[in-house]
Amino acid sequence: MNIEIKKKRAFKGLSLPENKITAKKPIEVLPVPDKVVIPLQQNIGAPCEFIVERGDMVKTGQKIADSQNYVSAPIHSSISGKVTRIIKVVNPVTSNVMDSVIIESDGLDNWIELKKLFDIKKSDDFSGLKKIIDSIDGKEIIKKIKEAGIVGLGGATFPTHVKLNPPKDKKIDTLILNGCECEPFITSDHRVMLEYGKEVLMGLYILNKVLSPQNIYVAIEKNKEDAIIYLGKLAEEMGLDSIFKIIALESRYPMGAEKTLIRTITGRIVPMGGLPMDVRVIMNNVATSKSVYEAVIEGKPMIDRVITVTGAIENPKNLLVRLGITIDKLVESCGKTESGVNYLIIGGPMMGISIVNTDFPVTKGMNCLLLRKSRIPFEQNCINCGRCVNICPMKLMPLAYVRYVKKSQFEACREYYIENCIECGCCSYVCPANIPIVGYIKTGKNQLLKTIG
Amino acid sequence: MENNKLLISHAPHIWGGFSTSKIMFIVAFALLFPTAAAIYFFGYYAIYMILASVSAAVLSEFVIKKLRKKRFIMDGSSVVTGLLLALTLPPRIPLWMVAIGAFFSIAIAREAFGGLGYNIFNPALAGRAFLSVCFPGEMTSWVIPPHFNYDAITGATPLGENFTYQADKLSLYKDLFFGNRGGSLGETSVMLILIGAAILIILRIIDWRIPVFYIGTVALGSFLIGRDVLFQVMAGGLMIGAFFMATDYVTSPVTRNGRIIFGVCLGILTVLIRNFGSLPEGVAFSILIMNAFTPLIDRYIRIKPFGFRKKEKNA
Repeated sequence: MNIEIKKKRAFKGLSLPENKITAKKPIEVLPVPDKVVIPLQQNIGAPCEFIVERGDMVKTGQKIADSQNYVSAPIHSSISGKVTRIIKVVNPVTSNVMDSVIIESDGLDNWIELKKLFDIKKSDDFSGLKKIIDSIDGKEIIKKIKEAGIVGLGGATFPTHVKLNPPKDKKIDTLILNGCECEPFITSDHRVMLEYGKEVLMGLYILNKVLSPQNIYVAIEKNKEDAIIYLGKLAEEMGLDSIFKIIALESRYPMGAEKTLIRTITGRIVPMGGLPMDVRVIMNNVATSKSVYEAVIEGKPMIDRVITVTGAIENPKNLLVRLGITIDKLVESCGKTESGVNYLIIGGPMMGISIVNTDFPVTKGMNCLLLRKSRIPFEQNCINCGRCVNICPMKLMPLAYVRYVKKSQFEACREYYIENCIECGCCSYVCPANIPIVGYIKTGKNQLLKTIG
Repeated sequence: MENNKLLISHAPHIWGGFSTSKIMFIVAFALLFPTAAAIYFFGYYAIYMILASVSAAVLSEFVIKKLRKKRFIMDGSSVVTGLLLALTLPPRIPLWMVAIGAFFSIAIAREAFGGLGYNIFNPALAGRAFLSVCFPGEMTSWVIPPHFNYDAITGATPLGENFTYQADKLSLYKDLFFGNRGGSLGETSVMLILIGAAILIILRIIDWRIPVFYIGTVALGSFLIGRDVLFQVMAGGLMIGAFFMATDYVTSPVTRNGRIIFGVCLGILTVLIRNFGSLPEGVAFSILIMNAFTPLIDRYIRIKPFGFRKKEKNA
């Protein structure tokens, strides 16, 4: 097995209580919902436009929205049925209003025709599968990925086909598959690696074919030992162990953050404001790799994903759900919520967004739904202790942002490189004065965006 | 699920659970070691002084928070300020003066600037400076520890001009280290101060850089101008000042390099005041002067962010 243990890391980091209570729970497939709400903006970049109208009948997997813009990914219907309404939904992350369609199911789950090149569930002929992949042209693969509407599933939702097609002057020599999942509570990537390991690794093979990098790493935190061992064995079985290396990393937050992870693994430093491709690296999430496999080999568009529903609920689970299912349905399927739950969080506890609208749908970038009972601690004055400065993985001075945002001196925040903040939340976590530093930083960033226009 | 109970707040949704009050109470605990020395060497009157100082400080904060219509949180910062102030005062100063000093520390040096976190000067030292100006006589009347009947020490504090020591050097160092000498309540026993400081450094409450560079600079400076290095380091308030006052978060720089600069400048100032100024001891005033420079240091000494590159000339 090709496993390397990395002890060094590029940042100090936090050791958080992991609370991965769903780590041992197999992925459960949730029945097809009666109704889905599908927003038009599910990726970073340009929003899509409808290509269906009210009253149209759609099939599962049928494209319902697309964009002319290159940095964009089409959206597909996740159930079969009738487009009944077009409504506006507020995006809790950006507070923008997005157009959405409501599709009501006909109960049949009638799929579009899929051209399945290989069935990995039934066949073990991996060399045959590799031959199939080798026979597809790289451009064709990227086209298939674009058509399937695949975006980065780690949460950033950057369209994958754009990532795989770097500008000519950027040479890529390293591909990293990110399976760190460093946030507490979340286990969706962990379960994907354990239950869809073959798809993940074959997806990796496809990405390898497109990018042909010299080095490929699969980065996994040590707290997912079973996934490390499983993928290692599987790689040998599938004859893939010569093309990549598994990197076992210490379980520290924020290990999975793109820039620090690249530094930890390759020693390269992504310049400020730059992208991983500036240091010849491309990073993808393990769940994205699975979707790439499904898109290229099975022709299946991005209409479902694995999501962890966890926290103060009777029966926390990992669920495979159709995109567009509303959040209240997810909560219902996991039993009774504990009394006194006052936070419903999309994402993990460190970076997640709290929402009040339980009609909001599951979108492509959503990896966790967390229910919590908590009391916000009382915000005190900053005492200048410097804990936030010491912990910041981006080596910023978070306390300066609090000071300047309070005074509305947003330009001054830029002198302290506020754009470089990855909003990991370490500073707020360690702050003894309980200052919601990330909140101030987001305010500062938004105000700066507004002034630029 | 009841939707109407849902709340919105910023990420993160979990906290480390470390708080200002925990920090303050750990500092107060560490200060108990020098406090024990104070009581041991200067008798019960030290207890009265400490009680007077702490209660006056807490009471002042409570009253002023009420007047300012702000929430009063018993975060222990007033306790620490009161305790620190008492430890910097001469051992026989009248209690009402102690109370005035504590009031000045909290009311003027801290709350008038906006409360904890906004003060420019270390409140305890500001209180001490205020008392030295108002009551110069009382503030310089020292006593020799009454328990001990050594003839060895004459005169006032070791750094005073008429200080002479008749025994050999080794027992002088010993007396300085264990605390058998005149001086402010809490500054005498180097050993107990170091124990308290070790607790703070091990628990990562204070950064070792400030005290190490401060004391190191004083040692180097004393060596360069031909003074007795060990004596200069252990005498006076350098130890308690370096570990407990200069490291005050609010009034010291926030970056590591800033803290090193802060410590070195403190050392230079202390050596200058001790040797060329008219005062025998310069720790308190060095720290107050450097407190004023802290915002400036924080403004110009920054850290390079991750991925920082110097701008190329062509770009």
